[in-house]
Amino acid sequence: MITIARLTIGEAARRKVLWVLVGLSLLSVALVTWGVDRLVSLIREQGEAELQVKIVVSQILIFIAFMFTFVLAMTAAFLGSPAIATDLESGIAQAMLARPLRRSSYLLGRWLGLSIVIAGYAILSGLLAIEAAAFVSGYTPPNLVLPIGYLAYQAIVLMTLALAISTRLSPIAGGAICVVAYGLAWMSGVLGDIGTALHAGGVSLIGDIGRVVLPTDGLWRGVVYGLEPSIVISQLGGSEAAQANPFFASQPPSQAFLAWAVVWLALVLLVAVNQLRRREL
Amino acid sequence: MPRLALDMPVIEVTELRKLYGRTEALAGLSMTVNRGEVFGFLGPNGAGKTTTVKLLLGLARPTGGSGKVLGAPLGDLATRRQVGYLPELFRYQPWLKAREVLTLHGELLRMPRRERGPSADRILELVGLSDRAGDLVGRFSKGMQQRLGLGVALMGNPALVILDEPTSALDPIGRVDVRAIIKAARDRGAGVFLNSHLLSEVEQVCDRVAIVDHGRVVASGTLDDVLGQAETQVHVTGIASADLAAFESFGPPSLDGDRLSIRPMDPARVPELVALIVGMGGRIHEVRSGRSSLEQRFVELVARDRSMAGTPGAAGERS
Repeated sequence: MITIARLTIGEAARRKVLWVLVGLSLLSVALVTWGVDRLVSLIREQGEAELQVKIVVSQILIFIAFMFTFVLAMTAAFLGSPAIATDLESGIAQAMLARPLRRSSYLLGRWLGLSIVIAGYAILSGLLAIEAAAFVSGYTPPNLVLPIGYLAYQAIVLMTLALAISTRLSPIAGGAICVVAYGLAWMSGVLGDIGTALHAGGVSLIGDIGRVVLPTDGLWRGVVYGLEPSIVISQLGGSEAAQANPFFASQPPSQAFLAWAVVWLALVLLVAVNQLRRREL
Repeated sequence: MPRLALDMPVIEVTELRKLYGRTEALAGLSMTVNRGEVFGFLGPNGAGKTTTVKLLLGLARPTGGSGKVLGAPLGDLATRRQVGYLPELFRYQPWLKAREVLTLHGELLRMPRRERGPSADRILELVGLSDRAGDLVGRFSKGMQQRLGLGVALMGNPALVILDEPTSALDPIGRVDVRAIIKAARDRGAGVFLNSHLLSEVEQVCDRVAIVDHGRVVASGTLDDVLGQAETQVHVTGIASADLAAFESFGPPSLDGDRLSIRPMDPARVPELVALIVGMGGRIHEVRSGRSSLEQRFVELVARDRSMAGTPGAAGERS
């Protein structure tokens, strides 16, 4: 498994995927830094209080994080979806699986390698963006580990789904399914929150179902919660309008949800291993 | 993995069956391959050759029958350390260098780290890629990739080498090299299972062959067994059926129009036969002596099998 994980990371590096991701991260961090610096300067010129600066910077970070999660989702889907399918189509996998290598070790090795690549990308980009914004604005989210952890885990969840689909379907089909599933999960989360704010039980259930089927939206709420200043949470936490806002979270993901997100990952990996085991090569 | 006794077959399969949906790719295949021999596995497209290879390697599961590779059941993981495989569709990580592909397979074979590099270098020398060891596989020609694939199959000195069309992308010089490599593997005691369409190649390198069609063996044995005994054919006029008894000392004769056939007959006695015919007043137009080529025999056997089976085409879409 470790051999295949190392091979997968080496592949990402040799195929320049890693360097493209690092380059894009640096570019986006530079843009964030410039944008936050300009906005903070404007606010301060208008004589607004530092609290206002905090709120604006946190909102900018949440918007940027939202856009970044979409980029991350696309990256995760398109890294995971060809991982097994392309190796099987080309015959590269057969040459390796004729060796004393279990199919489960091959799949879990691919998963581990890709998880390190995608999580590394999420952590590096997330940390750099938050630190750069903190440098120019003075605002640092109350907890750095949680939002970046949720961001990375969200990417791993989607990559795992893509990898599992890749044991049966072509890369294009897998990538498309993952991107659509990610969008649907986010939309079901938004609908669910609106339903909760309006006390519409049926609609709020859509959000819960979405988070169970694909936990990305629930993890996104964790990112939002982690980036908000505590004063915003305490002041807006009880507001129904705020609850319906997809860029606001009044509470972190529940322990039960986080446990489910871990179980979900394990189950999808189990299904993927089983699918690959049963497949005739 | 069970210890491999010297007299234990490297491959032993009995009544192996494989169904893909309703298509019967293998219909009761039985064969044995021994250590220190090159075994040619021949058959038309769709006969079940590649399916057999996949079953032997554990890449697919049989629907019925049984088999052992190096004394262990088909698909046994530990046994694969002793099996080298060159796939028909040979593709290796294009972003790796040639030497890295070999060391990767050394690692997958669980070779000690210190042995992987020297072993890869020896193999690169053997397959004629020493000067390209540091080049990316993605920049290799098909022929070079096939040489590399042969090298991958030979990593770790396997007791069984399974080669699926090993010279399909090679030029004539490459084919000569591969024949020498196959013979060297046999000479060090490995069993070589050679799946090939190139009958002349099989004829030159194989000790035994099996011809497979419709997913089962239609003929097998040494080349002498499969090709049959030598035959002499004479295109002759002036000889009648009544004269045939005069030729019985050469072998059983038959006359079909003006074509006299004696099978079997020692080719060394052809001048003697010619002298006898001329002495009897016969006029000789052409003399042919020898045994069928593998290609002729292959075509005969497959045609006979298909006429018995009553199907003009291949067994299925899979090969």
